[in-house]
Amino acid sequence: MMIDRDMRKRLIVAVANRVIANAEELTDLDRAIGDGDHGTNMRRGFEAVLAAADELSDKSFGESLKGVGTTLVMKVGGASGPLYGTLFLSLGKSLADDVNREQIAEAFAAAIEAVKARGKSDVGHKTMLDVFHPVLAVLRGGGEELPAKLKATARLAAENTIRMKAIRGRASFLGERSIGHMDPGARSSELIVDAVADVMEGSA
Amino acid sequence: MSENVGIVIVSHSADVARGTAMMVEQMVGREVPLGWCGGDPDGGLGTNVEAIMAAIDKAWSEKGVAILVDLGGAETNSEMAIEMLPEARRGRVVVCNAPVVEGAVMAATEAASGATLEAVRRTAEELTPA
Repeated sequence: MMIDRDMRKRLIVAVANRVIANAEELTDLDRAIGDGDHGTNMRRGFEAVLAAADELSDKSFGESLKGVGTTLVMKVGGASGPLYGTLFLSLGKSLADDVNREQIAEAFAAAIEAVKARGKSDVGHKTMLDVFHPVLAVLRGGGEELPAKLKATARLAAENTIRMKAIRGRASFLGERSIGHMDPGARSSELIVDAVADVMEGSA
Repeated sequence: MSENVGIVIVSHSADVARGTAMMVEQMVGREVPLGWCGGDPDGGLGTNVEAIMAAIDKAWSEKGVAILVDLGGAETNSEMAIEMLPEARRGRVVVCNAPVVEGAVMAATEAASGATLEAVRRTAEELTPA
């Protein structure tokens, strides 16, 4: 499929708007088990992305993804900046305008590894990785109604972090007390996957 | 240009970073190039890659720069900032695994003796329980 300028812009705008619209919820989740700034930080970063949506979309898909990554690194102001920044920078390194599902899946797999290295974290630590990992498996599988499956997987995966004990991030200071709360980074990852899936379905 | 390794202090709080920098200066005066930053891009609590890169620039020494950080985001953002430096500098900046206040004072004291970047880092990290 071709990720043309129109598609690039729709993806950027949909993802940014989704994160911005849910910033308060992210902050509330982070207030329960972190330092309570995830929503504010993500809103700051994605407002900068939204403001640059036109110029970012003018670039190739790879360069526009890198542009999103760099903007997040510079503007977010929390650990989520380098983590999401690394994700988008890594995706931008390998994705061309004309891509197929397998190429996207492999680029996503590489990006997840880059995030693991950046955060010195892994699956099961109650982080964004606990959403991205199952989403990758579904993406690799492909098949009918892929966007709907991606959304359902991301939602379930974010909810699964509620019962997990945090191993990385500020929430890990709470140990057992982190159990019973959804990880804010898992929730923001779910929001991003959901917004991308909406664009794939043509509903955003 | 200074003969000594530079020290950068990165805290979530500008007050903590500034206070730590004052303690360092009290120990070593101006013998050690010093940079510090704290706060997110809007001035709230947090850390900021752009400010960290500017602090590294301020503390730059050909012998390298040791960064002391407080909590997780400060470390992650510092590592990101190092990666975004020009290639010639990238390999000469390290993040020390040490408490920010004690680590900065110990590292700066070591740096003031003309020690290498690796020795400065080791001295700071002696404070961290294995």
